[in-house]
Amino acid sequence: MALDRPRLIRAGAGLLVAALVPLGFLAVFFLWPVVAILERGLSAGGVLSVLGQDETWRLVGFTLGQAAASTALAVLAGLPVAFVLARCALPGLGFLRVVVLVPFVLPTVVVGLAFRALLPSGGVISIVLANAFFNVAVVARTVAGLWSHVDRRAEDAARVLGASRLRTFTAVTLPALTPALGSAAAVVFLFCATSFGVVLVLGGARYRTLETEIYLRTVELLDLSGAAALSLLQLGAVVAALLAGAAARRRRETALRLRGKLETARRPAGGEWAVVALAMVVVGLLLTPVGVLALRSVSGWSLDGYRALTGTGFPGTLQVSGVDAAVNSVRTAFDATVLAVLLGVTAAVVLVSLGRGRVRRGLVEGLDAALMLPLGVSAVTVGFGYLITLDKLPGDLRTSAALVPLAQALVVTPLIIRIVLPVLRSIDERLRQAAATLGAGPWRVWREVDVPLAGRSLLTAAAFGYVVALGEFGATSFLARPDAATLPVAIGRLISRPGALNNQMAYAACTVLMLVTVAAVLLVDRLRVPGVGEF
Amino acid sequence: MRRIAVIALVLATAAGCSLSGGGDDGGERTVVLVTHDSFTMKPEVLDEFRKSSGIRIDVRKSGDAGALTNQLVLTRANPLGDVAFGVDNTFASRALKEGVFADYHSPEADKGPRRYAVDGGNRLTAVDAGDVCLNVDPAAFVARGLPEPSRYEDLADPKYKDLLVVEDPATSSPGLAFVLGTVAHFGEQGWADYWRKLKANGVKVDSGWEEAYTQDFSGSAGKGPRPVVVSYASSPAAEVGPDGKARTKALLFTCFRQVEYAGVLTGAKHPEDARKVVDFLLSQPFQSNVAEQMFVYPAREDVPLPAAWQGVVLQPSNPETLPAADIDANRERWINQWRSTVQG
Repeated sequence: MALDRPRLIRAGAGLLVAALVPLGFLAVFFLWPVVAILERGLSAGGVLSVLGQDETWRLVGFTLGQAAASTALAVLAGLPVAFVLARCALPGLGFLRVVVLVPFVLPTVVVGLAFRALLPSGGVISIVLANAFFNVAVVARTVAGLWSHVDRRAEDAARVLGASRLRTFTAVTLPALTPALGSAAAVVFLFCATSFGVVLVLGGARYRTLETEIYLRTVELLDLSGAAALSLLQLGAVVAALLAGAAARRRRETALRLRGKLETARRPAGGEWAVVALAMVVVGLLLTPVGVLALRSVSGWSLDGYRALTGTGFPGTLQVSGVDAAVNSVRTAFDATVLAVLLGVTAAVVLVSLGRGRVRRGLVEGLDAALMLPLGVSAVTVGFGYLITLDKLPGDLRTSAALVPLAQALVVTPLIIRIVLPVLRSIDERLRQAAATLGAGPWRVWREVDVPLAGRSLLTAAAFGYVVALGEFGATSFLARPDAATLPVAIGRLISRPGALNNQMAYAACTVLMLVTVAAVLLVDRLRVPGVGEF
Repeated sequence: MRRIAVIALVLATAAGCSLSGGGDDGGERTVVLVTHDSFTMKPEVLDEFRKSSGIRIDVRKSGDAGALTNQLVLTRANPLGDVAFGVDNTFASRALKEGVFADYHSPEADKGPRRYAVDGGNRLTAVDAGDVCLNVDPAAFVARGLPEPSRYEDLADPKYKDLLVVEDPATSSPGLAFVLGTVAHFGEQGWADYWRKLKANGVKVDSGWEEAYTQDFSGSAGKGPRPVVVSYASSPAAEVGPDGKARTKALLFTCFRQVEYAGVLTGAKHPEDARKVVDFLLSQPFQSNVAEQMFVYPAREDVPLPAAWQGVVLQPSNPETLPAADIDANRERWINQWRSTVQG
């Protein structure tokens, strides 16, 4: 190795300091509040009796079942879209990349109403479809991020040697994609297992999950011990899912020969057109609820809803105009994204460096799983935890506007890690060793090898994180001040008031939110820093 | 390289933009008002108070009445603010039992609010009252050739089969208020039986008001299939057509009275100013705007209702009600009993 001993030690110390940043953030804004609220519940007793009820286990079963079904559907629907995004040189791909993200920002209440309109019979099928609707983008963008960099020559070789397209896909392509697929599936599973608004609106009073029951017990009944019992079950289920995901990844993860994007995309040929058609069907289905919302914003072919956005709705509905709410959304989401990218990239670099070093594999995986936990714990648990902990910090953050981007960053950071990490891990270690042998220091190796190869995925991650922060409703509605409401919060407010104008304005605000999303993602996609991403 | 520098500059300027601003103007006193999501008031009214008293009211919203109460209980040791508004009669007992509010007898309370006093004390002062009632879409009944229902019992009549949509009392506060109304009307012995009949008569249950009113109710913009929904006595005020007449109407014999209270929080950092804010909530300027801003009736007696409400929002003369202590003692049991009756 080209590294001498003092340099190694210095690098190790730097790594330790870097690791403290995301871990410290997580400890203060996640671990401490969650432990505090669980402790209150546990000390009140009665946890065992909740765990002994059949009803509790039915909740666990339904929660995991609907999450598994939704994840499977999202993966199946996301793969063809990922293929088109990564491997096809077709006109209009830029548009497609952006369109698949749109569902992600829509407030769940509004999507729930759209699904109820489309499928009046509702029930479990609606819940699974709506969860998948939100998460196809996670699969499509995460998998495409890796797929577009996978060297195509291995597949070409397999084809030349006589393998069918299907066999090439299952024997060569799929194993290469497993890290990204595993990542995406884990994130989607967590989102679906903790999905709240969708289950509430579409499940009616019939279908309940751990998440909706934790909300009910915490917020409405203040039954903290019951909520703690269910939260522990939720936590257990999430950790089990994360460990299963990690185990699946371990068997598959291998260094890939990552290539620049341009050389891997081609015009589709033969049977590939069928996959393209399938992707178009998926996109068409994704756009159906979106279209329903857009149509409602111009119901009666009037633009009153849009004109009303400059005001505050029917008297007493909003404290900010729709336009101000849009500006608030854009700013808050920006802060959250910057913070989350800093935290997420630091964490991913630490994880991948530990993995390359001589650190025990279990430790790296444990750390990796811990960083994902914020996605698997109820927003209510975290929010109520804030109430009893954050006042001990200087400045009483509980009532500070700064808490909104901080809470959004908590949700966005794990996503950034999941998108960047698989790409970093897939970088061929021999490339880095070659760079080191040629005299590059550790920083230089990162700059010359890792950054160019993973840069594209970082932009994907940032765009994605921004969109998630834009659409974040749970924590934001809990924390945002009325005079600083974001668009999703304003939409939630508009839809909860009577009056035709409020209703139309809510749908108009949804359309504006979609347009803001499209504009933001297009902007990030334009930020192709020369030398980064493409080489 | 220059492009990177430009991007870095943009990032640096834009970062922290949501964190800056909102700093205190020097010298002014601030009182934090913790309230529920439905709180709104004209900025002019708050500005006027700010000018006359030197107190800026910082509004912090915290979910619905239940969520608000439970957050106040949880943060009792170090409260989120100085004054709370929005704890209603279904949660008042819990807040009082947990010692969330401090004693304060506002001079303004004698001008009407005292008629809603809870347990004889003056820790909580009524600010407004509202009614949760069934709302109907009269046009739909004309189209069906049916007379409009008027009482609770009518909805159990088979000729009104499949017409009613209600909210789950576990997840919706109007849903809970309606169930409490049936408890008050039919008594502890009879209310569950009434719900059994409603179930047999095809009642639909939604999780929230949004789905029930904006989507399943035929009288709203959603033009749903059901002409009877649980909403508020004041909802018709938002459904007024170009002719000045309301398209929907509330059934005044199916109402449950909700009263919303304000009080100074125990451990408030600015108790003196907090009391002035309670007085302000009960003052003429604030009270004369609650109807239009929050769709409720003012607790003060000498305040006129808005002109637009004339003939549109009718007040029930004798709404159902239950003692706050009874509600607090039985809420969870009633919700569970309702769940096993209607969903079991």
